[in-house]
Amino acid sequence: MDDFASESDSDYASYWRDWFISSRGNEYFCEIDEDYLTDRFNLTGLNTEVQYYQYALDLVTDVFDLDCDDEMRETIEKSARHLYGLVHARYIVTTRGLAKMLEKYKKGDFGKCPRVMCHSHPLLPMGLSDVPSTKPVKLYCARCEDIYNPKSSRHAAIDGAYFGTSFHNIIFQVYPALIPAKSAERYVPRVYGFKLHHAAALVRWQNTQRDDMRRRLRKMDVESGFKDGDGEGEGDEDDEVEDDEELGPDDFDAAEVGAIAQATAGTVA
Amino acid sequence: MSTSSGAPESWISSFCALLGHEYFAEVSEEFIEDDFNLTGLQTQVAMYKEALEMILDIEPEDDDEEDDDEDEDEEDVSGDARDSLGARAPGERRHHSRIASDNSVIESSAEMLYGLIHQRFICSRAGIQQMSEKYELGHFGVCPRTNCNQTRTLPVGLSDIPGEDTVKLFCPSCLDVYVPPNSRFQTVDGAFFGRTFGGLFLLTFPEFDLSKSATEGVTNLTRTPTDDNSMLNGVYARNVAPGLGPGKIYQPKIYGFKVSEVARSGPRMQWLRNKPTDVTVLDEARHFAADHADSDDDESMSLNSGRAATRRRPQGNARLRQQRQAQNGSPMTVEPANGAESEL
Ligand SMILES: [Zn+2]
Ligand SMILES: [Zn+2]
Repeated sequence: MDDFASESDSDYASYWRDWFISSRGNEYFCEIDEDYLTDRFNLTGLNTEVQYYQYALDLVTDVFDLDCDDEMRETIEKSARHLYGLVHARYIVTTRGLAKMLEKYKKGDFGKCPRVMCHSHPLLPMGLSDVPSTKPVKLYCARCEDIYNPKSSRHAAIDGAYFGTSFHNIIFQVYPALIPAKSAERYVPRVYGFKLHHAAALVRWQNTQRDDMRRRLRKMDVESGFKDGDGEGEGDEDDEVEDDEELGPDDFDAAEVGAIAQATAGTVA
Repeated sequence: MSTSSGAPESWISSFCALLGHEYFAEVSEEFIEDDFNLTGLQTQVAMYKEALEMILDIEPEDDDEEDDDEDEDEEDVSGDARDSLGARAPGERRHHSRIASDNSVIESSAEMLYGLIHQRFICSRAGIQQMSEKYELGHFGVCPRTNCNQTRTLPVGLSDIPGEDTVKLFCPSCLDVYVPPNSRFQTVDGAFFGRTFGGLFLLTFPEFDLSKSATEGVTNLTRTPTDDNSMLNGVYARNVAPGLGPGKIYQPKIYGFKVSEVARSGPRMQWLRNKPTDVTVLDEARHFAADHADSDDDESMSLNSGRAATRRRPQGNARLRQQRQAQNGSPMTVEPANGAESEL
């Protein structure tokens, strides 16, 4: 190992890591610092998780020197990717790692929220489990606070444990200024202009849940994160205020209207 | 965009075969030929007659009056909109290029007209049937929300007026709308699907099990002998946003500990994905009736109203209750369900 340290030190290039993070499908990963990787303390416990641990680590740190056949080489390559992912989960919750992921977040490297009302808010990668090989990576939107499946199958196959269950929440604790304003803006399905009854009723119920939450937070002097007056105490749309007061004729008849329309369309078509 | 000339297919089939047009149904000629279905579209589309003929693959008649008029217009090099679209080379033969420029105008008019007819067609009996077949075949994709578990979506518009917004995907499982994953759909006008289709689909096909993922194939709601198939204004209680509610809400955690609501970065949007454990509390009309009329008839009829249900609680069948996620209970007892752990 020492023999080759001089070689990799000479131009201080991280060949393997450069190659790894620039490979197609690995856009969610940031580059782990050399310093972090070479501090054994940071790798505690990973030797039992990764096959051919030492060779894999050598590969990741560009000091790999084993004369082996292609099959062995591929096995070690696979182990190196796994090792990199596991260290990555630890690295991205360090100060350096958070800063690197923040840069990628700002560039939109993790994609945008598919929810229309989130207006292309950038996403963050996350895992549903910290245990390797259990759940693939998901994407978290801080605006709607929900999680989504990556669009590309290449991304959808990445192990969620390489990002972990905490990183996307920690980043907003460390950088509270990043927390987006919350919005009550939402979609209500309609039929010929009438709100679909069951959906409108659910919206009203959810609005009371939101109002209750805002009341709880106000009592404790905690900022709700909603823009002033946004959806407070009433429907988000002005026309929903009416619905709250009476049984809105607006959506009450959506089913009937639909039935009538169907009958009409039937005679026409 | 020009359709490949000389293709044996009809204009409609080739339009629907274009990349990005996968969501479109093929409107039947029968539907288009019925003038009633086209009411009001004449004024919304330029060169309506020509556009309609193009859609129906009718050869335009030669040498009618209109053609002569246009020839004259072109003599005095006016700033006519049609001319400016032509952008012709000076030496080019005028008659020839006029047809080419007209054709491109007619072509885009035909696409607009087809889209507007399509908005109406997919809300007709034949159209919504065709769309249900496309839905079954998974032509509209699946919900990107993880907790919706790959349920099928429906193409919708947020406006009925063309030019305002592109097509979106409506998920019946979480009742939210999403941007289609492929950018090729981001040039398709949402008005060509319209605001009504998504909701009408749910009312027209209440039997589809909306909780099923696209890989499972379309199935109807399974019935148990004891299932009273309770409906909530045209929708089965079990089909009310099956992707929402306890167990389907993302709970943020840091090192295994829930992030508290009172934390600055704590959850604020869980209401958006919440649902009462007993969806029949949403049936405000029944509650209104139950609260304002005390006759026995009323209560025996409204089996699923909060009042009647509370009284009948012992009758409940645990398995059934769980299946329908529709536990008995009054609206008052449902309030704290927010924090309750999932039973799913
Ligand atoms: Zn979002
Ligand atoms: Zn959904």
